[in-house]
Amino acid sequence: MNKDSGLVEELTSQFGASVFTQQHTVDEVITLWVLKEHIKDVLHHLKHNLHEPFELLYDLCAIDERNQANKNGSPSSDFTVVYHLLSFKRNYFIRLKVALQGNYPSIPSISAIWKNADWYECEVYDMFGIHFDGHPHLRRILMPLTWEGFPLRKEHPARATEMGPFKLSDEKQDREQDALQFRPEDWGLKRQSEDADFMFLNLGPQHPGTHGVLRIILQLDGEDIVDAIPDIGFHHRGAEKMGERQSWHTYIPYTDRVDYLGGVMNNLAYLLAVEKLAGITVPDRVKTMRIMLCEFFRIASHLVWYGTFAQDLGQLSPVFYMFTDREKIFDIVEAICGARMHPNWFRIGGVAQDLPKGWDKLVGDFITYFPKRLREYHQMVMRNSIFKARTVGIGIYTLEEALEWGVTGPGLRACGFEWDFRKKQPYSGYENFEFEVPTAENGDCYDRAVVRVEEMWQSLRIIDQCLKNMPEGDYKADHPLATPPRKKQTMQDIETLITHFLNVSWGPVIPSGEAMSCIEATKGANSYYLISDGNTSPYRVRIRAPSFPHMQMLPYISKGYTVADLLSILGSMDYVLADIDR
Amino acid sequence: MNEVLRYILMVVIALFALTTVAAWLIWLERRMLALWQDRYGPNRAGPFGLFIVAADTIKLFFKEDWIPPFADKKIFVVAPAIVAATVLMSFVIIPFAPGILIADLNVGLLFFLAMSSLGVYSIVLGGWASNNKYSLLGALRGASQMISYEVFMGLSLMGVVMLSGSFRLTDIVLAQEKYWFIVTQPVAFVVFMIAGIAETHRLPFDIPEAESELVAGFHSEYSGMKFGMFFIGEYLGITLISAMIATLFLGGWLGPAFLPPLVWFILKTFVFILLFILLRASLPRPRYDQLMEYGWKILLPVALLNLLVTGGIVLMMDK
Repeated sequence: MNKDSGLVEELTSQFGASVFTQQHTVDEVITLWVLKEHIKDVLHHLKHNLHEPFELLYDLCAIDERNQANKNGSPSSDFTVVYHLLSFKRNYFIRLKVALQGNYPSIPSISAIWKNADWYECEVYDMFGIHFDGHPHLRRILMPLTWEGFPLRKEHPARATEMGPFKLSDEKQDREQDALQFRPEDWGLKRQSEDADFMFLNLGPQHPGTHGVLRIILQLDGEDIVDAIPDIGFHHRGAEKMGERQSWHTYIPYTDRVDYLGGVMNNLAYLLAVEKLAGITVPDRVKTMRIMLCEFFRIASHLVWYGTFAQDLGQLSPVFYMFTDREKIFDIVEAICGARMHPNWFRIGGVAQDLPKGWDKLVGDFITYFPKRLREYHQMVMRNSIFKARTVGIGIYTLEEALEWGVTGPGLRACGFEWDFRKKQPYSGYENFEFEVPTAENGDCYDRAVVRVEEMWQSLRIIDQCLKNMPEGDYKADHPLATPPRKKQTMQDIETLITHFLNVSWGPVIPSGEAMSCIEATKGANSYYLISDGNTSPYRVRIRAPSFPHMQMLPYISKGYTVADLLSILGSMDYVLADIDR
Repeated sequence: MNEVLRYILMVVIALFALTTVAAWLIWLERRMLALWQDRYGPNRAGPFGLFIVAADTIKLFFKEDWIPPFADKKIFVVAPAIVAATVLMSFVIIPFAPGILIADLNVGLLFFLAMSSLGVYSIVLGGWASNNKYSLLGALRGASQMISYEVFMGLSLMGVVMLSGSFRLTDIVLAQEKYWFIVTQPVAFVVFMIAGIAETHRLPFDIPEAESELVAGFHSEYSGMKFGMFFIGEYLGITLISAMIATLFLGGWLGPAFLPPLVWFILKTFVFILLFILLRASLPRPRYDQLMEYGWKILLPVALLNLLVTGGIVLMMDK
């Protein structure tokens, strides 16, 4: 790669060549192994001292390397902590890896360098038992406090059937009951200030305003929020762990359910990474079909957000109109994919079927129908003065704060930063489409809404271009790893028959290596970081979901507002609990 | 003796009619909301789903009458009764038509204001006795909302009193034979209507129960018929405020002779009931401090100014 030569040289001259080991990966992200003692300095240097710095801690995860069959010559390691950083000026990622030895290793915390490292480090601790020295409050974040073991370690079973029967002894019951007790001190909260006692309000996990099983612990002075601490993990289903036991192909339906409003868009993020690993180039028709479906789901997801946001602010009717329109989108999705919310329609190297006859009429009808409705909604919601009073100037964050906390997607663009992965790092053929990247100025709840509403118009434009320029051709790549494999030649030629048989019975064997994809999903940047050791299932699946860092920011942006404002902030954040907890 | 019987009969009829109307309003609201929101609403039980009200009532009666163990029991039980009682008491002074009224008090308007002020106790006590933080927040909001809205609700009506020279509602209706007061007192009409919506805690002013924030606000802990009382109280409140608007500003039972006076009164009342429902279907909810700011900083001065101007004009006309 040309783009990185300068950077690696600069780093080695700064820290010495012995600190780094470079690894080549198929996704062409610069990958450097860094010695544990230097990782903090290196990260600090990358963020603060570079000419074009890496502003964003994009992701932080770990890998349990102890069972990996094929290490491709990388340094020996029991556990690896992986940092993904993004530089906006350079427009590329860098991946830093730290090899850790031992069963329960530790590594210095970087929560002083990036604010959003806090939750990521908690997650790694929760999943692997890796200790972060110097972390302010290392705790379980997704799993219950009483959980025994660390789920993403390889020795932890992936199926309940491997775990032995469940027993609830009296002692265990007492322990569980005790863990349910709320003690403000456990959350780092004081019970009173100098002149008043605080009220603690449990917003959720069952609450009409939280859009799912989310608990927010509110420390209130009257109705003013002193502190708000999200307690996540109620929706944790172990999507990453499931990846390690499913085959590459049968994992696709699970991705649908990560951002469950994003439908096939999740498939795309996963498959882009798989296809990089497998070295598959998909035909143009597939690319355009995928884009069309993704943009439909972007509109559908934004419609849900639009309606529920209005409803959070007390407006009862819009949500019904918007769900009606979403239903129209689902009619099209159903006609094309055969399912509605979780179509599970993309495949390795293609899509499940070709477009049905008459799809163009359905899509065309929607394109003529929808603009009128969008204009109506604009009148009804965005221009309503009470709606404005509830959202303008509420929940503000600046661009610097957004980057510090790892905000991506519409929330970032609402701060006036025109960053859209579809434009900046086009994937799946987005470079061939004309569309604008809407931005706004103030970074408050209203501006986040403005950006999303405008995005629906742009998605509509993209769909229109898909409709007018749908390329002819195959709906699946002609590649032995495309799954399910093409059957055309199986009865003529023994090699194809064998490949077909193996691919269908075992599932495809993806060459060893690692790759990360990055797409502009409905709620922000969504990535799948996949590691293959040359087997029928991934060695490690890491899902970088946008809602996770967004929710982490909640305490920071809601302090000082009232309970009513908190609902505006939550609504404008547009999160999905499954996307946070995975 | 006959007088007494007549009164008792009137009371019984009025009570029966009002509770029935309030119950059917629930059906009306659900159907109207559904119509405006592109859906069907309750349409299964009976013609047009009319019997849904009966079904709901039966369900509420048979629900377990649960009092949370942490609640303050006596107050918890009394609170829902207060709202229904005070609203029903207010109906005493409303002249439905000439001769069809229960008590023609010469301080009728004051009686109405007093009763509607008492209504807030049900929210405050209910919220407090529930011993639930959401209820408490709802009760606090309810109390602050009431304090800000009572003031200019009363003030806005003083213009009407000046013009008619009486607190007695029949006099006020008769004073409108030439012009309805909506013509001479448009500002008071608007202010009173806004205050009335706040009084009944309807969207956009349903802040004490703000569903998306406080779950169900002050009545989060209530179930069964106690919840039913709050529910029916709310719809009685809507009917009351609509009837008051019709009486005070739209000439009550007055109207062209091709319809009997009672029908005119009912028609006018229903127009406002529908308006209330339409408001609920269309507006979001302001934050409670915004609502209070709006009350104290805009509506109160406007009501005062209206009073001043009306007083000036009345004085000039007298000369």
